[in-house]
Amino acid sequence: MAKYAFFLGCIAPLRYPGVEKSTRVVCEKLGIELVDLVDASCCPAPGVIKSFSKDSWLAAAARNLSLAEEQGLPIVTICNGCYGSLFEAAHELNHHPEILAKANEYLAKIGRKYNGTTKVYHFAEVLFREIGVDKIKEKVVKPLDYGVATFYGCHFLKPSEIKELDDPENPHLLDDLVEATGAKSLPRKQKTLCCGSGGGLKAAFPNVAKEFTKTNLENIKESGAQFIIDVCPFCHLQFDTVQGDLGYNIPVLHLCQLYGIAFGMDEKELGLSAHVIPVVL
Amino acid sequence: MCFQCGTCTAGCPSGRRTSYRVRKLMRLAQLGQKDEIVNSEELWECSTCYTCVERCPRAVPIVDVIVALRNIAVSEGHIYDNHKKTAQNLYRIGHTVPVKSDITELRKSLGLPDNPPTVLSNKKALEEVDIILKAAGFDKIVG
Repeated sequence: MAKYAFFLGCIAPLRYPGVEKSTRVVCEKLGIELVDLVDASCCPAPGVIKSFSKDSWLAAAARNLSLAEEQGLPIVTICNGCYGSLFEAAHELNHHPEILAKANEYLAKIGRKYNGTTKVYHFAEVLFREIGVDKIKEKVVKPLDYGVATFYGCHFLKPSEIKELDDPENPHLLDDLVEATGAKSLPRKQKTLCCGSGGGLKAAFPNVAKEFTKTNLENIKESGAQFIIDVCPFCHLQFDTVQGDLGYNIPVLHLCQLYGIAFGMDEKELGLSAHVIPVVL
Repeated sequence: MCFQCGTCTAGCPSGRRTSYRVRKLMRLAQLGQKDEIVNSEELWECSTCYTCVERCPRAVPIVDVIVALRNIAVSEGHIYDNHKKTAQNLYRIGHTVPVKSDITELRKSLGLPDNPPTVLSNKKALEEVDIILKAAGFDKIVG
């Protein structure tokens, strides 16, 4: 049985708890055992915290990685930001002894040590590579007939040189996962365009971030999609919260919520009341 | 090394919407124009989408360069108020966004614990995060 340390991050548990809940239920149905990564902090967020102080970012990330190492488990995340941050921190720490030594100087102050062994995975990666589309199809009790827009975000696939998951300019992984439910992923322009919220852009220049989102919404609307399906609570937050101002009304679901629906979860368990754009199934 | 082809700028979604030009920023960095870089708004208009990194024919780790430049800018006191707030959240509660009471209620109704089982549920764990962040100099940024 697949077993992972479940890294919650910030936006899912503190803004869209239905994403956390759906992940727990969906993983149980797929035979993935999630062990909470107890005492973890923010990853920390790569676009902001790493931009302010790379040392601080690496020290806090190394602590999170050390917690999983203690449990002897790989980490699974449901957020591109957490994935990008922890994957890149692990990539640096696990392959560069001098960077690891520096991080361990910080960890020594709290009586911890990281040995550079933790592996980091994205939820969608685990579903696609370890579980597989065929097994997912077997678990579908409510086949969906929605036309949807898949939204990969940036830090799931990029930088592709180290992530090695899919073609970053023309990916198919999420489309295949979505279509396992019976839903149809509709083609559109600029499918891999950033949502706009990363890199601290949303906090510093929200109107610029919104311009990114607007172009995405225009293309999604033109495709005829009924839902936006994301794999990142931060993209999810951006699409869900700025659409009203831009005059759009396309409901947003995280992949785990879409799977929750297809796997027969009660609508009440999906936490849809936290969504700004009403989700009508 | 960057040879100023401009592939980065051509594909940059922020450059399409603002005055930010990745190629120019890389050139300024090569020329050591630190003051112009750390004082520029453009330094913070990158969303770290990695499109430029994927397409760069010289394999310049552009986002890593931008992060390094931002670290220099912040160390010299150039930080936006909203960024400082995010940093303060991490320093105070170990997460980048604060707890909201309506979400806590929703968590309860979903059968989830009021607070996630993170540093929010263990003061000792939060102290650990404070200690290592302080050791790495994060308290100076939080101000």
